[in-house]
Amino acid sequence: MKIAVCIKQVPAREWHPKLNETRTWIREQDASFEMNEPDAYALEEGLRLCEKHGGEVVVCSAGPARVAQVIREALARGADRALHVQDDGLAASDASVIGEALAAAMRDQQFDLILTGLQSDDQGFAQTGVVIAERLGLPHATIIMEVQATDGGLRVKRELEAGWFQWVSLPLPAVLTIQSGINQLRYATLKGIMAAKKKEITQVAAPAGLAPSQRILSLAVPQKTKHTEMVTGSPAEVAAQLVRKLRDERRVI
Amino acid sequence: MILIVAEQRAGKLNRASWEAIAAAQQMAGQAAATNTKVVLIGSALSSAAAELAQAIVAEVLTVDHPLLEAYTAEGFVQAITAVVERVSPEWVVMPHTYQTRDFAPKLAARLQRALLTDCVAVNRENGTVSFLRPMFQGKLAAQVVPEGETPHFVTFQIGAFRGDAAARGATAVPIVPVGFSPDASAIRVKPEAPFQEARQSVDLSQAERIVAIGRGIKGQEHIELARKLAAALSAELAASRPICDAGWLPMERQVGSSGQTVAPKLYLALGISGAIQHLVGMKGARTIVAVNKDPDAPIFEVADYGIVGDLFDIVPALIAELEKQ
Repeated sequence: MKIAVCIKQVPAREWHPKLNETRTWIREQDASFEMNEPDAYALEEGLRLCEKHGGEVVVCSAGPARVAQVIREALARGADRALHVQDDGLAASDASVIGEALAAAMRDQQFDLILTGLQSDDQGFAQTGVVIAERLGLPHATIIMEVQATDGGLRVKRELEAGWFQWVSLPLPAVLTIQSGINQLRYATLKGIMAAKKKEITQVAAPAGLAPSQRILSLAVPQKTKHTEMVTGSPAEVAAQLVRKLRDERRVI
Repeated sequence: MILIVAEQRAGKLNRASWEAIAAAQQMAGQAAATNTKVVLIGSALSSAAAELAQAIVAEVLTVDHPLLEAYTAEGFVQAITAVVERVSPEWVVMPHTYQTRDFAPKLAARLQRALLTDCVAVNRENGTVSFLRPMFQGKLAAQVVPEGETPHFVTFQIGAFRGDAAARGATAVPIVPVGFSPDASAIRVKPEAPFQEARQSVDLSQAERIVAIGRGIKGQEHIELARKLAAALSAELAASRPICDAGWLPMERQVGSSGQTVAPKLYLALGISGAIQHLVGMKGARTIVAVNKDPDAPIFEVADYGIVGDLFDIVPALIAELEKQ
């Protein structure tokens, strides 16, 4: 199976947002970055399918030079090679632009399967994988919790609302967006990190004339509607105050 | 004109459809009765369509076809495209359900139109309609506008609008069937019947008190501490998704957009950052207490009581205090 896994580099979970001067994007200089966690699950699923069925895993990412960080991480975890659609302008792009850019880079590669995380932890559009499927004329399934290979295709388990699930079958080539928790993530070993240095990263330019489908007018820290009472002091003092408030003021214990 | 795409399964309306109708009615303002239409896709739709016909909208459109009985993205994209071509809406509004997430990006990509997802509010200022949507796991909120030609597609976060705020009228509006000639060969996904996993042993939605753990618990071996606190409070134990992904607690204990939505009297969040996917599952709790080392954690946005501290210090102290009682 020739498998592509699309991964995105996003600000790290612990990062506290700082806005740029126009408040239309974040101050990237202050951010630390990591691999989007749902994409890490997609990568793991791709590696497992490859281990089981043979083939190769090609990791694909679109963005400025700094995304090489997550590409190297993916190679260190076991991906065979990488495609980097390099363009500074893609850092803040919407899913239609990113999807188009990735689809263009992948079009001639004849992948059997393309995996992405269900959404990214930065802009969270939850669209890119499906956009790629449409652009490449491929069937897709989203928010997948299990993948089984069948004759000429896949049978996959979609997560639905409220504890419901659904198996669907689709032919290859296809696109899947992967839900977190589908598997347990592996992490790069020292051996993997060393091997990654020799793996090929092909850089391609983004197609010209990709038009944004949306624009951010402004970004802000969300308005707080609730009054939060902070309880302070030593742990024993905090415990005493909290228990008293919950019991006497809120009457919930 | 605003077109609302309602959702049903096996003839039963997804209640989130009413939330989308409420959103569209707000966008249409005074003109809601003439400027909004609802479309329902599937088969054997008459009873669900009759329910929708109570809404104050211009009409209910149905695309009722055997090929649409089981949901497929391709089938639904073809059906909605046919309706969009017929009614030429400026906006197409949908609830941000699992199903919408599966087909809406394909629909928008096929028609090469903007799709704004997971919006929580609409704003109209100086003639510009913009939408508020969370970004960076809820740490930031973005005011966004679509670009390019209409129609523009928008999905609304579940719970951002209240279904009971959708205006309903005394008389049913017309129900209009829309003819549909599908390209069956393009439907390549074969769905089986949806199912629920094995009977759950705990129903968090019924719990009066919940102690929930997040990444701050750091290891499976520390869950026992949270269990002791839950026992002292006569509370159920719950968790954010990453804890369940790691296999430390079963999925049925997950609170959040892909797990349970709960509204207990007391929700105690330990080491939970408050990512948007978790908040949507618990912000309805009557009293929320958050314990987190990070004073900027988004969980403090929704907490009634906040404790900035190490849960490994706070929780034993709480247990000791409760055991005094």
